[in-house]
Amino acid sequence: MATQLDTDYFQKDKVLKTVGTRPIKADGVDKVTGRARFGADIHLPSMLHGMFKRSPHPHARILSIDTSAAEALAGVKAVVTSADFPDMKPGTPYDDQTRNMMARGKVFYDGHAVAAVAATSATIARKAVKLIEVEYEVLPHVMDIMEAMKPDAPLLRDDIFTKGVDPKPDKPSNVTERVEYAMGDVEKGFKEADVIVEHHFKTKAMHQGYIEPQACVASYTEDGQAEVWCTTQGHFRFRQVCANLLAMDVSKICVTQSEMGGGFGGKNYSYIEPVAIALSRKSSRPVKLVLSRNEVLRATGPVSGTATWFKMGCTKDGKITAAEADLIYETGPFAGSMFANAAMAGFTRYDLENVKSVGHEVVTNRPKVAAFRAPCVPPTVFGIEQIVDEMARKIGMDPIEFRLKNAAEEGYTTVYGQTFGPIGFTTVLKTAKEHPHYTAPLGANQGRGIATGFWFNRGGPSSATININEDGTATLITGNPDVGGSRVSLAMMAAEELGIDVDKVRPSIADTNALGYNHVTAGSRVTFSSGKALIDATRKAIKVACERAAEIWDVPADGVVYEDGFCRPSSSNVGDFDPLPLAEIAKRSIALGGTIAGHAEIVATGAGPGFGIHIVDVEVDKETGRTDIKRYTVIQDAGKAIHPSQVEGQFQGGAVQGNGWALNEEYIYGEDGRLQNPGFLDYRVPVASDVPMIDTVIVEVPNPDAPFGLRGVGEVPLIPTMAAIANAIRDAIGVRMYELPMSPPKVLKAIEEAEKT
Amino acid sequence: MARKHVATTVNGDTYEFLCDAEQTLLDVLRDEMFLTGSKEGCSSGDCGACSVMLEGKLVCSCLVLGIEADGKTIDTIEGMADGETLHPLQQKFLEENGLQCGICTPGILIAARALLERNPDPSEIEVRYWLAGNLCRCTGYDKIIRSVLDAAADMRGA
Amino acid sequence: MVDLQYEAPGSLDAAVALLANAEGEARVMAGGTDLVVQMRSDMIEPALVVDIKNIPEMGAITHEADGGWRVGAAVTGMELCDHAEFKAAWPGVIEGVALIGSIQIKGRASMGGNLCNASPAADSVPPLIASGATVHIIGPNGERDAAVEDIATGPGQTSLEKGELVVWFKFPPRPAHSGDAYQRFTPRTEMDIAVVGVGVDLTLDDAGICSAARVVLGAVAAKMLVVAECADALVGTPVDDAALENLAKAASAACRPIDDKRGTKEFRIKVAGVLARRVAQQALARARQN
Repeated sequence: MATQLDTDYFQKDKVLKTVGTRPIKADGVDKVTGRARFGADIHLPSMLHGMFKRSPHPHARILSIDTSAAEALAGVKAVVTSADFPDMKPGTPYDDQTRNMMARGKVFYDGHAVAAVAATSATIARKAVKLIEVEYEVLPHVMDIMEAMKPDAPLLRDDIFTKGVDPKPDKPSNVTERVEYAMGDVEKGFKEADVIVEHHFKTKAMHQGYIEPQACVASYTEDGQAEVWCTTQGHFRFRQVCANLLAMDVSKICVTQSEMGGGFGGKNYSYIEPVAIALSRKSSRPVKLVLSRNEVLRATGPVSGTATWFKMGCTKDGKITAAEADLIYETGPFAGSMFANAAMAGFTRYDLENVKSVGHEVVTNRPKVAAFRAPCVPPTVFGIEQIVDEMARKIGMDPIEFRLKNAAEEGYTTVYGQTFGPIGFTTVLKTAKEHPHYTAPLGANQGRGIATGFWFNRGGPSSATININEDGTATLITGNPDVGGSRVSLAMMAAEELGIDVDKVRPSIADTNALGYNHVTAGSRVTFSSGKALIDATRKAIKVACERAAEIWDVPADGVVYEDGFCRPSSSNVGDFDPLPLAEIAKRSIALGGTIAGHAEIVATGAGPGFGIHIVDVEVDKETGRTDIKRYTVIQDAGKAIHPSQVEGQFQGGAVQGNGWALNEEYIYGEDGRLQNPGFLDYRVPVASDVPMIDTVIVEVPNPDAPFGLRGVGEVPLIPTMAAIANAIRDAIGVRMYELPMSPPKVLKAIEEAEKT
Repeated sequence: MARKHVATTVNGDTYEFLCDAEQTLLDVLRDEMFLTGSKEGCSSGDCGACSVMLEGKLVCSCLVLGIEADGKTIDTIEGMADGETLHPLQQKFLEENGLQCGICTPGILIAARALLERNPDPSEIEVRYWLAGNLCRCTGYDKIIRSVLDAAADMRGA
Repeated sequence: MVDLQYEAPGSLDAAVALLANAEGEARVMAGGTDLVVQMRSDMIEPALVVDIKNIPEMGAITHEADGGWRVGAAVTGMELCDHAEFKAAWPGVIEGVALIGSIQIKGRASMGGNLCNASPAADSVPPLIASGATVHIIGPNGERDAAVEDIATGPGQTSLEKGELVVWFKFPPRPAHSGDAYQRFTPRTEMDIAVVGVGVDLTLDDAGICSAARVVLGAVAAKMLVVAECADALVGTPVDDAALENLAKAASAACRPIDDKRGTKEFRIKVAGVLARRVAQQALARARQN
């Protein structure tokens, strides 16, 4: 009777009814009618409006903060500074987090929060912020990673001793850590090469650019409990951060995630929620905190600027013999950029024997960087895929053919030790080669580029509950905020398992009281990890349904099977019973031991890596340096597209974000260390008229360890974009761009320099 | 602080509230009338998430003072559907996945409706330039543009 | 810290009185698309905002008896862009107005605001100056007229006296065989501030020789540049390749730009020449059809 749950998530031979179709998503109607509640849309009775006071200096010691005038203003109910938060253990991530949330002793960047107020209206809060007097001792600042690495650079902190070097340095520096990933013998590999290409590259800090600023409401009550509503990619992580930074029990905090207006990695981190709780605690009223766009750009999630160097060699017939990388990533004032991803993933997708990547992470007087789609990988691929393109040119080989010759296959062991199972890189490349875009004619001043990308795809902790309601419909409860259509995809998988229509499954995302810990929605992990959890939960529920049917028929439980929404006798020996629909069993179950339900928590493993290729046509105005994107195609392995429209949406969105990064998006700081473009006017994300339609091809090479064979799809679509556009510019005008963004002044300058030589 | 009395008509309903002169139309829609469908993405007119119709004209409500709403007629996303019947644009955005996170969607729908009322048969380029003031960071615009073009075709056929 | 006072007078006299008698900083609001942003970002903290949209003269578009046009300072960009007759007469001015932000922005923004905000990168101003338009000004000391190029004197600075208001723009009758055009360079296709903007208005004689020209460069100096050398490069020529090349050189030579977040000096100087040539070709094509 105690049969093990089936662990075949892939179900290779199952005839699928729901998976692979395009139903309307459950959150859709609320989003087209304005009903959907995002972070700033929560209003509570007696709620106060909070606002931050921020540093105008990139690096300064705080000598004093005088909040008395602000506190005296009518309508101001609370003011907090770092003094309102407990000290964290030095050198721990929570110490960094509390210092980033509210400066303690020193400010490290323009826009660093130094205080916050709560008042009865936003107008009063704005006035109160202006009344807070902060006295600073301004310190020398350093904005550039190369400058920050120099021995005489201003030191941000005296507690950074570069990790990963032996022996441990005896003096502090701005370099937080060194990593190295290597295998084989690169010296030997370069000796075997007929052609060697090497170059330095630079990329600028940029921003995830989500349209919805961070926002939350917190309500702290006198019994020491707090409720928080916020926009987040991980409400369980936010609860953990609030508990730690406020020294509260985890059980005393409940976080409810709102709809999230874009995150792309930037909403993995809590910036404002502990402050809102502290303000609520001090004022005894609920407090809403909403960042402005200016604050979002000055004080949240930029993406690392980088300085990189790559050297690759190949034989005349196109076999890569060695690959070497030196990677320097900025992280803001605190470690944790995830720069090691770049060293691990940069070359991964090629069948390399001799490879060495060394990375360094450097602190500067910029906001602490945050994740962005395939964190840290795209700037490295920007260089590598141009080097690969150049090698193919030098030996006169088609760039896709060159990559096919070097493509990693199943069984390849990567520089970070993973041995690939079935992967789709070769299929993706072949699909691209046959795509009509690849051979379409080009006009004057136009060029075509391709580039490829790889992402690990992630698993991790997820949980799920499914309740079969008394009418046979199902309520699916999972714990990951929906950033790219995961709710509908999860509902579809549950419907497929249960053999019922997807509109009979209502997906919902639980608050932190309703489920155990779910890791953040990041790394393309949710459809995979929550998918596995919900399949376990659904299979448990089906098992209960079979037991109930057995009880109704008075037969042994193992005499019942579940198929397509019905319980049936497993054979004629069991008895002659009409199949019982799930709805009928569910209705009778209320009296037969309670609701049919299943629940699971897992740490998902076995995510299958993702590979993609982008083909782009550009036209360059040689007189102004302006690049226009004329045609764009994304081809990527999705393993199995649960909801193809959602998958295409990921491909298209990632590619257009990459268009912005490639051509215009960058953080611009003045000599004074202040951000000069903290708004959407001069921080230039692509607008609708900047881009063409983005064609997509979904390749499906299944991952046998994943539900229905799926692979995460959210990260890969950003990775190749900048390199593909750079290769297209090279093809159009014969000039290679080694720096991002490839903005008109830089392209024009490169054209002029090429004409001089 | 002397707040001003404002009486305005939003989606056909009369609202009265008190308003600071500093408050924008977006502020008063969201904080005084609790119509939170219009979103704040930038407060500088650069993202279009706060798009509403003011006296029949498409505007960014973050650049209009709340006090200017006195005696005026405003239409927001909350009034776009006709009872239980969605506007064809709303329906098409659902069917064709013209939205991901949804934060830009109200503004885009209001702007797209304003376009189709002027021009029932816009080209792809016309749609793209008309919507250039509405940033979307999720979709890459592809499915938004297709949704608008297909809704326009449906509306012409209807 | 004062509370902001908002007034929306219904007449010019009332507006002038409010502005002239204001204690503390007073600001005129037309569309508000610059003003509200500046207030929200604490660039300015006015004590009084005078909304001029309720003043009838501010919102009128009139085709005058002499064939010229009068356009109220607060007429919105969308209204003007939708005005087919005005657009046919002054397509270059419309090209400038059409680039003042998104459809939403143009639903509010006006030429008067664009001029008096006094940005050296304002898109409607180069073609306005090229057109030879004047502005009618009212103030506590009466009414006066001024050339458009005399209003903005530097970034955020105007020649208007305290209490003075721009009421309308007066466009001369469009001469035969004349045409105007405006283009700007921006990194994106829309929603940007001009890195360089060029307005050209030129007139041909019956033989197709350029008899008059005005060339105005935006975003390459602290204020708009009316470049006589550019006009000289065109006048007396059939606007052929040689003339256009001289025009481009003169435009580049006239630039006095700065390096800033939107572009380098070097880039602005180069692109000013390129754009001057392209815009003159567009104006020429229009003049030949006119």
